[in-house]
Amino acid sequence: MSFSVKKEGEVVVVDVEGQLIVGNRQELKQKVLDELERGEKKFLIDFSQTGYIDSSGLGVLVSLSKKIREQGGELRLANLNDDLKTLFELTKLDTLFQIADTRERALQSF
Amino acid sequence: MPRTERHGSSPDGRVRVVDVEIPNDVRYIEKVVELVRRECQVMAYGHRQLMLNVPVALTEALSNAILRGNGDDPAKHVHVHAEVGAERLVLEVGDEGTGFDLDASLIDPTTPENLGREDGRGLFLMRKLMDRVERLEAAHGSVVRMTLHRE
Repeated sequence: MSFSVKKEGEVVVVDVEGQLIVGNRQELKQKVLDELERGEKKFLIDFSQTGYIDSSGLGVLVSLSKKIREQGGELRLANLNDDLKTLFELTKLDTLFQIADTRERALQSF
Repeated sequence: MPRTERHGSSPDGRVRVVDVEIPNDVRYIEKVVELVRRECQVMAYGHRQLMLNVPVALTEALSNAILRGNGDDPAKHVHVHAEVGAERLVLEVGDEGTGFDLDASLIDPTTPENLGREDGRGLFLMRKLMDRVERLEAAHGSVVRMTLHRE
């Protein structure tokens, strides 16, 4: 489980590799908050290499979404596989987040 | 690694059994999920059950046991008993705490007023992803039993 953070143009892109669950959610939160403190405003979290997400992981995404918005920023999600899409639909979080099918589309949407 | 670990099959070979006891630490969750998921894979459970239902519901139950049931106490342990059958999976997650009321803890995180909450989705997901979720009384602690029929 790890998170890689890189800059693509003006967008901070975070790849979630493995699971996003109770044991590592704080690491993701801190990485994004560090970038937000540095003044970054546009964030994309890419789930193409993600296994599963639990309720704690979903909670961190909700929390980050709020904090980014409070700072005048934007958060996009991309590359949810069918099982992750089902998870977002079950929790109706697909209505809370802007979700793109691909990384490219997400980057273009800012 | 988990403190104790036992794999086996029922005498007729139709049910695969996993028994694990882990320290009360969320870092063990992923290893336990993999142990159970591997047995479900051997028993040819469907892709969605392997990738969504089983890992997410078991992670939620373990997380509840560690953080709520056992109160995040490092001296305590969590016990997992899984029976993976051709027809159904039965998962039991036991803690050493006093347990909690599954119904009292139930909120609907999908309503407009709750959608922005950071918490409150754990039990909801367990119920959505498993066919049955129940709490059992145990001699020393509390057990949550979840049942899922194989696709």
